Amino acid sequence: MTALSLENIQKRLRTSRIPPVYLMLVAILVVSLVLDQIYGRGQMIDPTILTNILVRSVALGIVAIGQTFVMIAASIDLSVAYLISVTAVMSSFLMQGDPARVPMAVAVVFGIGALVGLVNGLIITKLKVNAFIATLGTGLILKGALNASFSNFTGAVPESFQTLGYGRWGPVPISIIVLFAIAIVAGFVLYRTKFGAHLYGIGGNEVVARLSGLRTDRVVIIAHIVCSMSAVMTGLFVVSRLRSGAPWIGPDGLYDLESIAAVVVGGTALSGGVGSVAGTLAGVVIFGILDTAFNQLGVDTFLKSVLRGAIIILAVASYTIRSRREAS
Amino acid sequence: MTRENKPTNEPVMEVRNITKEFPGVKALDDVSVKFYPGEVHAVVGENGAGKSTLMKVMAGAYIADEGDVLLQGEKVQFPHPQVAQEQGVSIIYQELNLLPERTVAQNIFLGREPSRFGLVDSRALNEATLDVLERLDSEDTISPSAMLNTLSVAEQQIVEIAKAISFDSKVLIMDEPTAALSSNEVDILVRLVERLKARGIALIFISHRLKEVFDLADKITVLKDGQLVDTVNPKDVNTGDVIHMMVGRELNQFFPPLAEPGDIGDTVLSISDGANDFLKNINLELRAGEIVGVSGLQGSGRTELAEALFGAEPFKQGTLEINGLNTPVRSPAQAIKLNMGFVTEDRKSQGIFPNQSLRDNMLVTVRALQRLLAQVKRDGVRKNPDLVPTLGEQVDVRASGYDQEVQYLSGGNQQKVVLAKWLAPDTEVLIFDEPTRGIDVEAKASIHEMIRDLAKQGAAIMMVSSELPEIVGMSDRIIVMWDGTITGELPAKSSEAEIMVLATGYENGDKKDAELVMESKS
Repeated sequence: MTALSLENIQKRLRTSRIPPVYLMLVAILVVSLVLDQIYGRGQMIDPTILTNILVRSVALGIVAIGQTFVMIAASIDLSVAYLISVTAVMSSFLMQGDPARVPMAVAVVFGIGALVGLVNGLIITKLKVNAFIATLGTGLILKGALNASFSNFTGAVPESFQTLGYGRWGPVPISIIVLFAIAIVAGFVLYRTKFGAHLYGIGGNEVVARLSGLRTDRVVIIAHIVCSMSAVMTGLFVVSRLRSGAPWIGPDGLYDLESIAAVVVGGTALSGGVGSVAGTLAGVVIFGILDTAFNQLGVDTFLKSVLRGAIIILAVASYTIRSRREAS
Repeated sequence: MTRENKPTNEPVMEVRNITKEFPGVKALDDVSVKFYPGEVHAVVGENGAGKSTLMKVMAGAYIADEGDVLLQGEKVQFPHPQVAQEQGVSIIYQELNLLPERTVAQNIFLGREPSRFGLVDSRALNEATLDVLERLDSEDTISPSAMLNTLSVAEQQIVEIAKAISFDSKVLIMDEPTAALSSNEVDILVRLVERLKARGIALIFISHRLKEVFDLADKITVLKDGQLVDTVNPKDVNTGDVIHMMVGRELNQFFPPLAEPGDIGDTVLSISDGANDFLKNINLELRAGEIVGVSGLQGSGRTELAEALFGAEPFKQGTLEINGLNTPVRSPAQAIKLNMGFVTEDRKSQGIFPNQSLRDNMLVTVRALQRLLAQVKRDGVRKNPDLVPTLGEQVDVRASGYDQEVQYLSGGNQQKVVLAKWLAPDTEVLIFDEPTRGIDVEAKASIHEMIRDLAKQGAAIMMVSSELPEIVGMSDRIIVMWDGTITGELPAKSSEAEIMVLATGYENGDKKDAELVMESKS
């Protein structure tokens, strides 16, 4: 048995393979709760508020999981925010509050998502356009098309559809169940299937992957379709909370940059080849805790932004410091 | 061991009258070679002789313009390396083609994971990996679930070989397999080669190290300018013969003459009790006009010493004196200001800007010393417009012009550009790390001559090299490193054996470690 001296704990932390994002998650949660007890109203420890943190994380969480797929393959998707808007607006426009039209609307928006993902993937793999530029381009095209057709909240989803956003299964919000279900499926696909293994391979080194006989283009295209589908799911969740979709809800929610930030904070390398769904979720929840803590403590909006930026930088720096230590 | 594996008279693979042309170059011209099972066949020749092209034709990476490739007597055509691999012809490229962040098993079976309904069967994957590693007698040292980046370079190379033979290869082609290995790691590879040979696999390897070729090969094929010179038995020829065949002229003088006692001047740089995270107890003097060779195994700290002197990974302790003044070097920028130069080991990632012109590459050090707003003219330098052509002539670089991008030059010519970059400012101390790695014989000789000329002109030179003949042939003084420290200093013309004793740490009083090293060699 080893003594639990401070030195020992420090040493273990230094040598452990636990990604820093989990330590950071715990640290931020503890610090937030303590600060809330001292300076705030001390309500944050309340289970309802803690559950709310998770519910707030669902929208970002789903799209960040999709973003994880493309980023492990060393790609990126900046079009997700506009695709979320397209999904929200199109689905409420098509449903018109009629439960009977829900399946049709859902099928249409998933169709649009698959098409956007396919186009993104094809531009990146066949036209060899850098992923950053390619998805920025498709995002702007979606934005233009949407703004030309709709200018405000349009249509509405039926009340039954809002169960997705507000319903509960016993004490547990349905949205949280949905997020975890998606996370488990995504994790399974990444770690247990050939597709997942090939994604890590391509992100690790595309030349190696190709020389090993992988059809790299196809895998990257599928990853982009997965990512776009996740944006569609986030769009459906958002519209079920808001009842109606408007063109600005995607970009206003900063889903593009925040999903990338959450994925990177969660330990996925921008250069690809490493990353995990659990890490991404931890990154998303860190953002959720911060938002809630800032609200509870009444932190100024601009200061909030400054603190979030600082935390993103800190998190990513902790990875490079660690890998440098491992290398030496 | 069964007898059925002994070499037969039937070649397992054969190339007949292969011709392959690239725009402007005939890379292969009517080349015919036979490869037999259980035989180690070395292919040698200068850079550009056609070795790599021939290997790529055999492995399906290129398709020949004319001629046939025969596998077990039958004509084959490989449209893609994958097809060749499935039919038993595998190739291992010079750069390791593995994924650092994945496990050994995942690397070996990438793209061929045993699976059911698209799900990876991890048990079957591990078993298959163990099976392959067993064939290489490495199942005890390498775990299928180990992350690749936790393995040594030699172990990674074993994984690469495991990947190749997991296709049930009949023919295994290796492009410079030992280029990145230190001497005792090479020994591990040699034992592997013996095992594969006993299994009846035909091994073909390209190498620039002739000693290795003679130690390992049963046959040697020499190529020159895309043509077959001859396929010979190493027992019938000596190194001189092979070199003669490669370059078409006798290279009886491998190295320029060493410095005379009078050529060596004052101490330019000295470090006493230098230490940082990688090094300890470093005491060293570099003198004007003298070439100091630094030898040591992989991981002995030889590259770290070069980086410490140049300020890339500065010393944290000790006294560094330059021209008698106490001058701690904290950064490469400072080192360059102090007239130091560093020709790095990894040319591609640390030495050149591949997509920039010869001119810009050569001038980068001069410009580093200029003010930020100094005017850059088309010819590169305002006060001395002849600088670039002068440098180009001095290093004898062969290119279509000074505006050509460096990536299109051969390895030898790229190295000459790197050299020119350090000649541009008046460098007093020059550090070379593996100056001739992966370079053909002729370019090697001319780079050796240039290094000697620089010493003659009064530069203090430190040359790190893993090639013992280069160390012995070039050094006026030899220092040997082991485990991050200098274990001894030897005079010029010391033997390779004397160096190896120090490099394995025998003289360091730490017998235990030394014995371990020796054991792993036997």
